[in-house]
Amino acid sequence: MGLTLAEKVWERHVVRRADGEPDLLYIDLHLVHEVTSPQAFDGLRLAGRKVRRPELTVATEDHNVPTVLGPIADPVSKAQVETLRKNAAEFGVRLYPMGDAGQGVVHIIGPQFGLTQPGMTVVCGDSHTSTHGAFGAIAFGIGTSEVEHVLATQTLPVYRPKTMAIEVNGELPYGVTAKDLILAIIAQIGTGGGQGHIIEYRGEAVRKLSMEGRMTVCNMSIEAGARAGMIAPDETTFAYLKGRRHAPTGEAWDTAVEYWRTLRTDDDAVFDTVVEIDASTLSPFVTWGTNPGQGAPLNTAIPAPEDTGDPAAARRALEYMGLTAGTPLTEVRVDTVFVGSCTNGRLEDLRVVADLLRGRTVTARTLIVPGSMQVKADAEAEGLHEVFTAAGAEWRAAGCSMCLGMNPDTLSPGERSASTSNRNFEGRQGKGGRTHLVSPQVAAATAVTGRLTAPADL
Amino acid sequence: MEAFTTHTGRAVPLRRSNVDTDQIIPAVWLKQVSRTGFEKGLFAAWREDPAFVLNDPTYENASILVSGPDFGTGSSREHAVWALQQYGFRVVISARFGDIFRNNSTKMGLLPVVLPAEVVEKLQAEVEADPALEVTVDLAAREVRWAGGSAAFEIDDYTRWRLLEGLDDIGLTLRHADDISTYESGRQRWLPTTV
Ligand code: SF4
Repeated sequence: MGLTLAEKVWERHVVRRADGEPDLLYIDLHLVHEVTSPQAFDGLRLAGRKVRRPELTVATEDHNVPTVLGPIADPVSKAQVETLRKNAAEFGVRLYPMGDAGQGVVHIIGPQFGLTQPGMTVVCGDSHTSTHGAFGAIAFGIGTSEVEHVLATQTLPVYRPKTMAIEVNGELPYGVTAKDLILAIIAQIGTGGGQGHIIEYRGEAVRKLSMEGRMTVCNMSIEAGARAGMIAPDETTFAYLKGRRHAPTGEAWDTAVEYWRTLRTDDDAVFDTVVEIDASTLSPFVTWGTNPGQGAPLNTAIPAPEDTGDPAAARRALEYMGLTAGTPLTEVRVDTVFVGSCTNGRLEDLRVVADLLRGRTVTARTLIVPGSMQVKADAEAEGLHEVFTAAGAEWRAAGCSMCLGMNPDTLSPGERSASTSNRNFEGRQGKGGRTHLVSPQVAAATAVTGRLTAPADL
Repeated sequence: MEAFTTHTGRAVPLRRSNVDTDQIIPAVWLKQVSRTGFEKGLFAAWREDPAFVLNDPTYENASILVSGPDFGTGSSREHAVWALQQYGFRVVISARFGDIFRNNSTKMGLLPVVLPAEVVEKLQAEVEADPALEVTVDLAAREVRWAGGSAAFEIDDYTRWRLLEGLDDIGLTLRHADDISTYESGRQRWLPTTV
């Protein structure tokens, strides 16, 4: 029997296997940020341990940094960022600090620098590490104890997850994006649907996605309960990687590509679970509730709790969201639009937003936050920032920003947002804030009308 | 890590599904660089509601949290585990856990116990009927017991052994440092470094 993509990559990284024990897995790339690392470095210090492979480790400041450049006003955030700087210096880890041209959201900078490559294992103390699976890597989020473990040993003891195929057949209709696809997948399989699995996204519609779109899909695997999501590398992947700072060059490039071409699920391989989705039936998709599985097509009405899988949770969600079942989603008014995050904070996302905002004016507070300083520079080189500011939107520096509201960019209690990020949990964007997850296209159209809007209806 | 063998204590029912780690400990609480003081942030937003179950004096000093399905989904923040432990919880029972949360718990000695949804609901109902009910979670026997019943739970041998012994994962892995070095000498040459 053949192997799945996930199994091939996994097997290549097993350092040690023993009966009744988890596999000891080698980690090729460890990404570090200020929020989940301080206690891990402390642990090393207490035990007198070093970072085993600092050159396979990279750090940046993203979660709590302000997106207006300048000193950090919040003393607690400042202390956390300073702790990371001290730890990076002490343990010899490369750091891209705030203000540096290389700084950005950890899951944006890995791919941007070409550090994320097919067939690798990538971890980070952040659940959206699944993003890197778009390159055919096994990439998953870990807790602080595991961060310390990887720092000390460059390995992790992990049980091999089960495999799940999500076959997306047919083509996405015009105007329907990677974000709509993943929101629809999560609504179908539920927030626990992928639990214990590595998902491989397959099929025609997936092959046609750009690298940016694939990253958006893999990013939200965790929202479907899966620790990791993957897409087999192909010409799109190689073209994206070629010439990037850390990508192989010359002969090494050819050898690498030759190997990368073997990273696909064998025809006779068997997945533990298979889910099929017909892409041609999809339309712009938004969430109405307080978990990413509570979503619906934008051209429908808010469902009655009894018609959902978990009526008690739906009732609670509608109450928190201040919404009534039966209201058309397009009648939901929003106060704030957030474009950014590791889900949709890349150049391609900003381009589509600019296309829709060009010559128009926003009627809701609109925050546009590039995922990295490189994305910011690229967007400005194309003049996108001028389109945004002319439309009345705010153009910021890089960071996680309103995705999780650890920095000053937050919603007030009761305030409603349309957000291109990945989590609509209660209070995620600020205490009492109400979040609707949307694609960049819907975010831009919504910014113009002030209510949830599909771009086709502008 | 604190060893876990058997724990007997009172339980508190949390009748909610999808209790994500943003609810367990909201992001504003993650700015600390120390490992202590997180109990104050546990369910911080929900605790502002006087009707929230943890504010009910009947359940004071409960050390076993009995929650609806999909507990600990979302963010990888281990702070969620620290907050639960520092508040006084030793065990969380649910029909299903977020993978990362479950993993983080077993690294810290907070025991995540998976029981079928009907059993979780039965236990919740019995605790509601008698909040003083003593519940025993026996890791050696892989069993939860209380006056009205008992239920077996599954946990893999390796994790159980580590918890029973209170063993530190890093120490265990470093016993195989030679295997790691051997693996490293065979890695593909083109793999990137961050320097
Ligand atoms: S952008 Fe949001 S989801 Fe992504 S790493 Fe930052 S906080 Fe996490």
